[in-house]
Amino acid sequence: MMRHHLILRVITKLLVGTIFLFALYVQFHGDYSPGGGFQAGVIMAVGFIIYGIVFSLDKVKLVFPPWLVHKLVAFGVLLYAGTGVYSMLMGYGYLDYTAIDPHHPSHGQHLGILIVEAGVGITVTGVMVAVYYAFASRTPVLSDEEW
Amino acid sequence: MLAVTAFSVVRTRSLFAIVALSGVFSLLSALLFITWDAVDVAFTEAAVGAGISTVLMLGTLALTSRAEKTSHKSKKIPLLAVVLTGAAMFYGTLDMPNFGSADTPVQTHVGPDYLTRIPEDIHVPNAVTAILASYRGYDTLGETAVVFSAGIGVLMLISGLRRRRRDEDTEENTSDTGRTK
Repeated sequence: MMRHHLILRVITKLLVGTIFLFALYVQFHGDYSPGGGFQAGVIMAVGFIIYGIVFSLDKVKLVFPPWLVHKLVAFGVLLYAGTGVYSMLMGYGYLDYTAIDPHHPSHGQHLGILIVEAGVGITVTGVMVAVYYAFASRTPVLSDEEW
Repeated sequence: MLAVTAFSVVRTRSLFAIVALSGVFSLLSALLFITWDAVDVAFTEAAVGAGISTVLMLGTLALTSRAEKTSHKSKKIPLLAVVLTGAAMFYGTLDMPNFGSADTPVQTHVGPDYLTRIPEDIHVPNAVTAILASYRGYDTLGETAVVFSAGIGVLMLISGLRRRRRDEDTEENTSDTGRTK
């Protein structure tokens, strides 16, 4: 599929890495600049989706297998909820990030926000990629002339 | 420009062009949010509205047809409904405070409190992230759960049925042992 789209393939190879890097930047720099888990998750998913579109669905499924995607969807929510459970076990309120570092409450808040945002990002990435897989694996492979 | 794009979405019959135009619409509204200093919202709009949803719409398009079916029904009742809804919305905005005025409930209630407390409590420069993840942690947990359940729902609807049918074909004899998990 798409053997002749040379420019498209080369540019995609260049872009995918940049997209992932940007997603990680948006994810972990969300405390200081616009962005956060939701946006980063979507950008991360876009990286996988563009790879799947330009190369093929089978290839992107080798890189990011569907069973892993489905596990990650649940893992993100569990990470978020688990942070709350952890702070409860430490004797603080649910989702009170002071529990993570009681001596420096603001450090705890930083870390808590980081972990929680990571959970959001993982879930959003998983859901977006899973939905894309679900749609794309139903699609009959189109010949380029049809577009 | 937003109005022009929306109008051409309505007038166009080719679904491919409509998907592209709705991406343009999202991007333009993202620019609008930036001019209103709502950078986080603009970011989300650009990534989700212009990026992902356009791709998913194209994926859906590949499953269905390329052109809109022409409708022969009367256009008067839909037009009446649209005009009535629009009039009701305009009537609703009459009670709202002026754009950017300082004495609205949004600006006087919890907003200033958060803005003064964030530098002391959390030391995070981006107030949106601090409120989203710390003060309003429950809400964000709820949002994540919504994304999760929406994803699960789509997966069940689109790919679950077929997989179950294939499982039944292949595991016809061992179906009882396969379901114990």
